[in-house]
Amino acid sequence: MATAHSRTAARFMIAPAVLLLLAWMIIPLSMTLYFSTLRYNLLMPGMEDFIGFDNYSYFLTDPAFFAALTNTLLLVGGVLLITVIGGILLALLLDQPMFGQGIVRILVIAPFFVMPTVSALVWKNMFMNPVNGLFAFLTKAVGLQPFDFLSHAPLTSIIIMVAWQWLPFATLILLTAMQSLDSEQIEAAEMDGAGAFARFFHIVLPHLTRAITVVVLIQTIFLLSVFAEILVTTNGGPGTASTNITYLVYAQSLLQFDVGSGSAGGIVAVILANIVAIFLMRMIGKNLDI
Amino acid sequence: MGQIKLEKVTKAFGNTQVIPPLDLEIEDGEFVVFVGPSGCGKSTLLRLIAGLEDVTSGDIVIDGTNATALPPARRRLAMVFQSYALYPHMSVKKNIAFPLKMAKMPEDKIEEKVKNAAHILNLTDYLERRPGQLSGGQRQRVAIGRAIVREPAAFLFDEPLSNLDAALRVNMRLEISELHQSLKTTMIYVTHDQVEAMTMADKIVVLRAGNIEQVGSPLDLYRSPNNLFVAGFIGSPKMNFLEGEDAAKHGAHTIGVRPEHLRVIHGATTSSGWTGTVGVIEHLGSDTFMHVHLDGDRGTITVRADGDNPAKVNDKITVEALSEDRIYRFDKGGMAIR
Repeated sequence: MATAHSRTAARFMIAPAVLLLLAWMIIPLSMTLYFSTLRYNLLMPGMEDFIGFDNYSYFLTDPAFFAALTNTLLLVGGVLLITVIGGILLALLLDQPMFGQGIVRILVIAPFFVMPTVSALVWKNMFMNPVNGLFAFLTKAVGLQPFDFLSHAPLTSIIIMVAWQWLPFATLILLTAMQSLDSEQIEAAEMDGAGAFARFFHIVLPHLTRAITVVVLIQTIFLLSVFAEILVTTNGGPGTASTNITYLVYAQSLLQFDVGSGSAGGIVAVILANIVAIFLMRMIGKNLDI
Repeated sequence: MGQIKLEKVTKAFGNTQVIPPLDLEIEDGEFVVFVGPSGCGKSTLLRLIAGLEDVTSGDIVIDGTNATALPPARRRLAMVFQSYALYPHMSVKKNIAFPLKMAKMPEDKIEEKVKNAAHILNLTDYLERRPGQLSGGQRQRVAIGRAIVREPAAFLFDEPLSNLDAALRVNMRLEISELHQSLKTTMIYVTHDQVEAMTMADKIVVLRAGNIEQVGSPLDLYRSPNNLFVAGFIGSPKMNFLEGEDAAKHGAHTIGVRPEHLRVIHGATTSSGWTGTVGVIEHLGSDTFMHVHLDGDRGTITVRADGDNPAKVNDKITVEALSEDRIYRFDKGGMAIR
């Protein structure tokens, strides 16, 4: 496999796939770049002019942009926090020998298979609805005023929904990592006089760092582009209280028909995602080595 | 101090009894080896003593106090695991210091003890490394270092050498024996390798299916095995067993002769020997092991001859016991007749 001949052959065979993937990425990206420099409004077809970076300055000076940026970061951070901590706790629980472990494990994974739109609608109508929702029923049952989640705490509500969706993913990865821990290490720690908490913090948690890193990196990619949950519940509102960058791009291009500004927003989102990625790799990427 | 007494200890997993009622006394400072084929319950027994498994019934008494219900950490025992069980994310220093840190010992005292242990085990140059950067033998020494800093009442070793290559194993065997001589702490050592048992032990406990077959010093077991199992297990190569007519001549159901207690007579037949054809010959240089197929389908026996024995494959030879008292006799139930 290491001869010069086989290496050349390998390169030739990989080439079609690499070229296809490259085209798949480059064409949309360059189209978006091109559109972002045009005055391109769907209400005024045939009037596309080159306007340079004007779209960018409109997008970046829009007060909605900073609201959307904070919302995006809050959403990603909040969901990561809930899923990683909750995932570790759930994994610890599921790792205990118990009756019906297999079935419980499948039940835990179930939310991951529910489509985002469906789960968001279930949360919106069956749980958080201030009139018919389960939470409203519970608060009324104890004689309190029902809380209207989606209008008073829209971002928190969306964080809860998204976290519910991603918790199983985190749990699953952390559980498998936990099960790969050599039981002799735990026993050794036990003999060394480490109590349950010391064992968790000194042995289990360090063992999980790699899995946690994987969870954080993968989830960040998907959480930066949360969209369906916002569309079917709050529509980004009230105001811009639950608008993230993805939703803002959608609103620009398809609600205000401004494709140019939307494209500029798309490019900004790509740059932001890369900034986040660089930060993440700096902070936790070293955990993936060895 | 490190006197351990097992009183009628049993262990069952569900309905299968792994350890039937078992009594054993281990004196302070002794090097005891549990030996037996795999699955004989020797590791389970060690884990019972360590407290990593709960006994089903019976008592474990350590230094006069009943330790049956004590958690592992409070039994003052230290264990070296088969996989070493080092903490991969901690440096060698932190690994060795871990039990002391858990015991909330002051920093400067920990530092001193770790330094001492590292010095004894030749680990001083590796203190900042992680276990992943060490060789098998060094990892083994770190695991031992983690055990000795606690100054336990007894050390428990669970097949600690089985992951090492042959040369290193001989080395570590020596190092552990030397460690025992300098520390004079009780050590319990589990292995399936009878050579390790013979070379290291003060006292060997031979186990089969959870039962103690025989307890005694290495030479006791070698010279007067209680039964067929111990006779076959101790000694390498294995003792030869013959049944039927040959055994009946000595008034036994089975007789056993060790390969090293046989003499080879070329060609000629004497009345007291067994004649046969040489099968496989293994030359070790110092010794030659010959597998001889006895005439009349009476089985195969192994003979140890000197390194320069001229016998060749398919030669007809006669072997005979060095003397009558080198022939072990066993009754129908496999027990020794003395």
